Amino acid sequence: MSTGLELLQHALHAADHPVLNVTDVTRLYGERIGCADVSFKLWPGEVLGIVGESGSGKSTLLRCLAGLDRPSSGCVMLDDEGMTLDLHGLSEQQRRALMRRSMGIVHQNPRDGLRMDVSAGGNVGERLMDRGERHYGKIRSVASDWLRRVEIDPARIDDLPRQFSGGMQQRLQIARVLVSEPKLVFMDEPTGGLDVSVQAKLLDLLRSLVRQLNIAAVIVTHDLAVARLLTDRLMVMKGGCVVEQGLTDQVLDDPQHAYTQLLTSAVLS
Amino acid sequence: MTDLVRVTKLGKSFTLHNQGGVCLPVLGGVSFNIASGECLVLHGPSGAGKSTLLRLLYGNYKCSEGRIEIFHQTRWVDIATADPREVLEVRRHTLSYVSQFLRVIPRVSALDIVKEPLVVGGMANNLAATRAADMLARLNIPERLWSLAPATFSGGEQQRVNIARSFISITPVMLLDEPTASLDAENREVVISLIEEARKAGSALIGIFHDELVRERAATRRIDIQSFTIAEAA
Repeated sequence: MSTGLELLQHALHAADHPVLNVTDVTRLYGERIGCADVSFKLWPGEVLGIVGESGSGKSTLLRCLAGLDRPSSGCVMLDDEGMTLDLHGLSEQQRRALMRRSMGIVHQNPRDGLRMDVSAGGNVGERLMDRGERHYGKIRSVASDWLRRVEIDPARIDDLPRQFSGGMQQRLQIARVLVSEPKLVFMDEPTGGLDVSVQAKLLDLLRSLVRQLNIAAVIVTHDLAVARLLTDRLMVMKGGCVVEQGLTDQVLDDPQHAYTQLLTSAVLS
Repeated sequence: MTDLVRVTKLGKSFTLHNQGGVCLPVLGGVSFNIASGECLVLHGPSGAGKSTLLRLLYGNYKCSEGRIEIFHQTRWVDIATADPREVLEVRRHTLSYVSQFLRVIPRVSALDIVKEPLVVGGMANNLAATRAADMLARLNIPERLWSLAPATFSGGEQQRVNIARSFISITPVMLLDEPTASLDAENREVVISLIEEARKAGSALIGIFHDELVRERAATRRIDIQSFTIAEAA
């Protein structure tokens, strides 16, 4: 058990340390540039959006940040319970343990983030077991509580994800990721492929959960309305490079770069 | 009276890269201070840059030149050069923007929209709900609408929900972008008294009001925006 003093020290440390500190991350595929020289810091509770057309390097960057891919050069530093760790300097085993412990990834396609042959409750409960929870009754009750939070009827706790609609699968994936209360969450087009009414519901849910849990998040999207609703800061990418970054509302309402101006003027509002 | 806002030689021009790189100068050499308890009204014809100035003060537009210092808690922060994290921090505690439009969040009820700033500020849910209800009643929003999402409300009702949300937790510096546009006389009176209360509580307000009556009643000082407008570049 942590003492009050330790908790306070953690809180003070977290308040003036970025959760994520990214320096000059570059990922090359042979001659081709995936992403180049990306640097930023992300603090607790902050939500960063990455926008840009397909092929601009958004997903490549996200994969490097989330430890799924290795940058060709550059550095990704993560704050882990008061220690600052170099994500790509760790051993495979350490990195996996860190990823399980303190980060979560919401994939665009729920099938990539869920175990399709395991019940809804199992999908959520598995993450609690990863963190050492062993009491079956408790796991089931937390899982059922999380189904309710993402607006899935807890009566369906024993159903398989394939019996769910696309929107429900995505909400189940979000419950699976957030149940372990990660400090850092990566989302790749979390509302892509969903119809508009389901999207609005999901956005509203994400918005309130991110606030309640004080999560730091990086969200890749090509939808500027999604970026406006969910993010505090925005990074605009083109050809693998960041062409503009700043406050979300400033970048969208007073874009400085030619490409951002093109992007914002192409949207029907 | 202590100053809460200091604007120094502020300038703004827009460069339209996709329309031949044309450069539109809007404001130049804007300097003024606003003190606690003041309500400053921006005066000038449509297109003179009143809204642009408010958006610059909020950090919504990027300054081309000059400084915008806001007194935040114990120190001055220059919005023109502060990093995004700092601007967000200032907006959370010190600086708010009241527009005439409600940015509708899907599915969230009017009552929840109005109480949100109090809850974020740490107030207990029940107390925040009571305060929000009082504010909605004061702005003449019928009680049967409180539990509904404002997406289906009339324009005037949405505007009043937005005003309720903005004035429920007043900030030291408040930017008002035509908050009384298209309100009826009764609700205009409510807004005028809300502005007066904010002033008495020590806020510094700066606003655009097209309504002559509101201008006369609410303003303590007036600035002619045209004297700041720079001539078309040669």
